[in-house]
Amino acid sequence: MTDASVVSQSVNEGKSSPLSFLAGLGIAVNPGKVFSTVLMPIIGIVVFLLIWSGAARNIDTSLGKFPGPVVVWEQFGSLYQEHVTEREKAEAFYQRQEKRNAARVAKDPDYVPKIRAYTGKETFLDQIATSLVTVMSGFLLAALVAIPLGIAIGLNKTLNAAVNPIIQIFKPVSPLAWLPLVTMVVSALYISPDPLVAKSFLNSMITVMLCCLWPMVINTSVGVSSLDRDLINVSRVLRLPALKHVQKIVLPASVPMIFTGMRLSLGVAWMVLIAAEMLAQNPGLGKFVWDEFQNGSSNSLARIMVAVIVIGVIGFGLDRAMLAIQRFASWDKSKATH
Amino acid sequence: MSTLLDISHIDMVFDTPKGPFTALKGVDLKIAKGEFVSLIGHSGCGKSTVLNIVAGLLQASSGGVILNGREVSEPGPDRAVVFQNHSLLPWLTAYQNVELAVKQVFGRTKGKAEIKEWIEHNLQLVHMDHAMHKRPDEISGGMKQRVGIARALAMQPEILLMDEPFGALDALTRAHMQDSLMEIQQELNNTVIMITHDVDEAVLLSDRIVMMSNGPAATVGEILEINLERPRGRLELAQDPEYTRLRSEVLKFLYEKQRKVEPMVKPRVRKKVQESRQHEAA
Repeated sequence: MTDASVVSQSVNEGKSSPLSFLAGLGIAVNPGKVFSTVLMPIIGIVVFLLIWSGAARNIDTSLGKFPGPVVVWEQFGSLYQEHVTEREKAEAFYQRQEKRNAARVAKDPDYVPKIRAYTGKETFLDQIATSLVTVMSGFLLAALVAIPLGIAIGLNKTLNAAVNPIIQIFKPVSPLAWLPLVTMVVSALYISPDPLVAKSFLNSMITVMLCCLWPMVINTSVGVSSLDRDLINVSRVLRLPALKHVQKIVLPASVPMIFTGMRLSLGVAWMVLIAAEMLAQNPGLGKFVWDEFQNGSSNSLARIMVAVIVIGVIGFGLDRAMLAIQRFASWDKSKATH
Repeated sequence: MSTLLDISHIDMVFDTPKGPFTALKGVDLKIAKGEFVSLIGHSGCGKSTVLNIVAGLLQASSGGVILNGREVSEPGPDRAVVFQNHSLLPWLTAYQNVELAVKQVFGRTKGKAEIKEWIEHNLQLVHMDHAMHKRPDEISGGMKQRVGIARALAMQPEILLMDEPFGALDALTRAHMQDSLMEIQQELNNTVIMITHDVDEAVLLSDRIVMMSNGPAATVGEILEINLERPRGRLELAQDPEYTRLRSEVLKFLYEKQRKVEPMVKPRVRKKVQESRQHEAA
């Protein structure tokens, strides 16, 4: 063995050692791949952070300097800390209440103790949870309507001709244009002394649903109507009844397209939801951003920046989750790559 | 031998934007039980149209098809079709593809164990029992076609319709498939109509070759009886003078009597191509 080969070997070892835990997990470590999948993204992020902090230092706003990465990172911590403190407060509140109730019951056995809910301020983490629940419920509701509708349209040319103009006209409408109408209709129709969910939740959910609907309807109907002629013939030769034809041939054949529609609409839904929450003051990340903006403290911009990053990460996570489900559920793996 | 299938006086007229187009005119053919018939002819002569009419996937403009004394009006599993591009459901395994057909045809008459056995039996017949639980994208083109044949056989059809079943396969695989088909045919003695472009394939497999004239208004041109003894082996036949004679009969029909005289590119089309090229250049 020559000296040169020894040197190159040790260099290789040096490169792969920080990633050797991947090899331990059964993930093959290939130096070329490591370069493009690990090293380059890290370099990209570092360069971005440098540009950001450089730019931030030179921007003065009425709320102080534009936050750089370090300040934003500190706000991550403090937002989490606020959440923990708020939870402790709530816990203490419930404990006090329990104690008080126990004392009253001891004094008066007929007394039926009441538990009052804690009404503290919603923390950043609560807002995240609210936004996620809202987007998922709107999305699922839309899927429930859009997929059967898309299948019906895809199967029936006459129905397609009737529904298509409506879809084409409503598709380009920003769901935010619907928001005032949705708000008014919900307040007019959803009257209940003991509401199951808040009106604001319904408003955001319906808005999300409206924007999820069209991509799913269109993709499903295209998937169904572009069904391979030969597969239809197979179904005809077998004399499959209509319901079985849909269940065994049409539905599985259009699953890849249905997933494409679902991924598209989930991405749009997440963007729209934040805007809807800002506009309508519905609880959620959008409201958090708006409240911080109105609040105007010296921390506000950094806290908004935290929200921006979190919104981005969650949006990315939602898309990846959808992709994972698609990989698991769809037979056509080639359409589920990235 | 009694007639199983009677194709009688079939005309097929398609409506096109340029007016009606007569694809078939007066096609007449009687097929006996257990007979293997090949349809051969130049592309566009309406072979597939004949097959689709027998399958019930197309309705003839006039005339009709009678199977076992009853007129064919819609598709059904008694006329199983093997499609050119296998047409397996890509999300199902080989076993499940056959299962869909078997359950549809025998779901009421056969028990669970019997159904399983019947599916496996048919996959064994086409030598696909080793890859039963693989999906179409995991097996080769020839194997897909084998599964397609197993699916058709599993329906126990009165007549098996094959639309260029080996057209998309390479020559070696095709030869394998032909041997397999002859083997199966010897065991089951099915009635088969097969469309082919391949003269050797037609002579090797068939009892009769139906040669179709060119369209429009295509019809049955000549019928050639193939009285070669079975079982047939492709190597022995290569030396057989009778085989050579039959082969040249078919070739004569295709390349002398029904020669296509069109130039490769029609003048009008050529002009259009030029125009579009100029358009692109601009």
